[in-house]
Amino acid sequence: MGITEDRGQRTEEEGLEQVLGNSVLLTKLDEIIGWGRKYSFFLYPFITACCGMEFMSLAGPRYDLDRFGSALPRFSPRQADLLMVVGTISHKQAPILVKVYNQMTEPKWVFSFGVCATSGGFYDNYATVQGIDTLIPVDVYVPGCPPRPEMVIDGLLRLQQKVAKERWSDWPRGEAPVTKKI
Amino acid sequence: MSDLAKNLHTEHMVINMGPSHPVTHGTVKFLVTLDGETIVDFDVEIGYLHRGFEKMCENSTWEQVFPYTDRLNYLSPIINNVGYALAVEKLIGIDTPERCKYVRVIVSELSRLADHLTNVAASGLELGAFTAFLYFVEARDLIWDLLESVCGARLTSNYVRIGGLKNDLPDGFKEQTKEVFKRCRELWIDVDKLLTKNRIFIDRLKDVGIMPPDEAIAWGFTGPCLRASGVPYDVRKAQPYLVYDQIDFEIPIGEKGDNFDRYLVRMEEINQSMRIVEQALDKLPDGPINVDMPEYRWQSKDDIYTKIESLIFHFKTVTGGIRVPPGEVYFPVEGANGEVGFYLVSDGSGKPYKCRVRPPCFPLTAAMPRMVKGALIADIVPTFDMIHMIGGECDR
Amino acid sequence: MESITLKKLKERFPDSIMETHSFRGDDTAIVKKEDIFKICEFLRDDNELLYNFMMDLTAVDYYGKESRFEVVYHLYSLKYNMRIRIKVPVPESDCTIDSIIPIWICADWFEREAYDLYGIIFKGHPNLKRILLYEEFEGHPLRKDYPVRGRQPLIGPKN
Ligand code: SF4
Repeated sequence: MGITEDRGQRTEEEGLEQVLGNSVLLTKLDEIIGWGRKYSFFLYPFITACCGMEFMSLAGPRYDLDRFGSALPRFSPRQADLLMVVGTISHKQAPILVKVYNQMTEPKWVFSFGVCATSGGFYDNYATVQGIDTLIPVDVYVPGCPPRPEMVIDGLLRLQQKVAKERWSDWPRGEAPVTKKI
Repeated sequence: MSDLAKNLHTEHMVINMGPSHPVTHGTVKFLVTLDGETIVDFDVEIGYLHRGFEKMCENSTWEQVFPYTDRLNYLSPIINNVGYALAVEKLIGIDTPERCKYVRVIVSELSRLADHLTNVAASGLELGAFTAFLYFVEARDLIWDLLESVCGARLTSNYVRIGGLKNDLPDGFKEQTKEVFKRCRELWIDVDKLLTKNRIFIDRLKDVGIMPPDEAIAWGFTGPCLRASGVPYDVRKAQPYLVYDQIDFEIPIGEKGDNFDRYLVRMEEINQSMRIVEQALDKLPDGPINVDMPEYRWQSKDDIYTKIESLIFHFKTVTGGIRVPPGEVYFPVEGANGEVGFYLVSDGSGKPYKCRVRPPCFPLTAAMPRMVKGALIADIVPTFDMIHMIGGECDR
Repeated sequence: MESITLKKLKERFPDSIMETHSFRGDDTAIVKKEDIFKICEFLRDDNELLYNFMMDLTAVDYYGKESRFEVVYHLYSLKYNMRIRIKVPVPESDCTIDSIIPIWICADWFEREAYDLYGIIFKGHPNLKRILLYEEFEGHPLRKDYPVRGRQPLIGPKN
């Protein structure tokens, strides 16, 4: 299981941060906001393939994602802040994934569920994207084909840890790097 | 009043549903043209999960194809495994031992159970019956526990091998199955009470998506959807494979071919599958599970370590894959969605020259426009649920 | 013993049937592509055959052979519980064949798929466009000369 730590550097500092700097006030505020955020993920399940069946189990009575404060799937990207990419992303699907990502409001996190989303898995051919991180930034990678629910929960807990540590200056992230301008 | 009706002109509206939409629980896009709430035109676009199944198979050895077949209909992977194994065995011309056949029947039916349970659960969820979803997901998790104890994986099992199986059933499997089925039956009764006589559920499903039998045949329907239209075609009965001819079971058929019939057929098939598993477990004979042909199926570990021929064959099959004689076959099995047929072409090398699967939900999805045109927009959801399109199988 | 289907086909279309065999019990007839429509119609409508299901339609690429492609039909007769496979060689120079949608409507998507993945043109098809891949895709991936990793992304890098 891997977590990407770096978020890319922001070039200019603005607003509140410029005035207050890294003062006690701001770090405490960061902590409170992080604490709040980590228990209230609104997830958008971008389900495409077999991993989705495991996702159903996760939402089901036995594994119950509700316990971790991330039970409420939002089916509109504009209301969600955790993008769960569940399953294989084909090249036909890729523009849609990027679009959904761009529509989400900040702050937002991306969860790569299963080995197909992470690296293309064993579909190394003309049709599939070799990992969604070639398209959008990813926060947590959970391998497995499909990953066991325990593993997903572990990944979710790690994401919570990561979110709790985030600073004011980490946002916004901006559009996905591959976005096509029309 | 008549004046008003004349002057009140409506414009057609085009709505795009999908490809990432909560009810298209795969990835499919509908282009719906609406007049008010009535569907005037309907177009389906598939292919969002095309992962190059055939191309991958052509570049794998015969044994390596199994994991890819798992991910076709990922709700009942073992049926695909069995279908592919049977097709290759037909091509080679081998017959597996009796015990192997029974075990294959048992695991196939468990898979079918999981598939139908998921179908009803997901339909319930999408039509607002969340409790039914929770109940059947619990039942499915129990079935998956059974499968996990057999093959080590919950979902993508990769259990069947050419000329045999990966391993035998674990100890105490029969007792465990008994307990699981007891709980499943309780859950089945609960869901039956919740849905089958539920006014809302009936109103959403009844008389929606009707398919008369002759049209269903022309559109290439198979499986529960065909049987709901009243055509009693089931590969397990029509051309029995494995040991289905020695097992007593019935195939439920519907009357009208609407969505409610499809739901009822699936619910009844859940019961029948449990019956089949129980009978097969009772009749399960002793004996080997693999064919005694070292050029196709590895011998046991003991043999490999102590006998030189076994070692040589093991080395050859592991490094180069098995050799399948040139030729072509088509082998159909009854998948959870309909006839899953494998069409294999071999050129005598270690890889399939062509490995084609007949996807049962491909023609079903193709008939979506026929079923929903003229209906209301809300009818798309139950119809699509009952078609039970599986992306991995439809798009491959 | 030869099955009734093959016998009747040979009697009725002596010139169009190029070859028949029953390898592993699968009755197969290789027919000329000009007559595919007539043959399919006969198979569906003859009272002793009644092949009412078109189960599968696909193509095979025999790269390097004289007639490169082969379109393969699998039919099933519900009444008599029989199956037959019809194979039609299609050369690369004239990569077309008649559409059979008027006989079995479900051939629609199957033909589109064969066009998409193999590039075989079905004459008379009302809506012959790509089905599994996207319009921007060039080439036909299941042809043997298409590279396995010939990716053509719509967005993002070509890794
Ligand atoms: S990781 Fe495995 S289970 Fe998940 S979508 Fe990919 S192939 Fe399917």
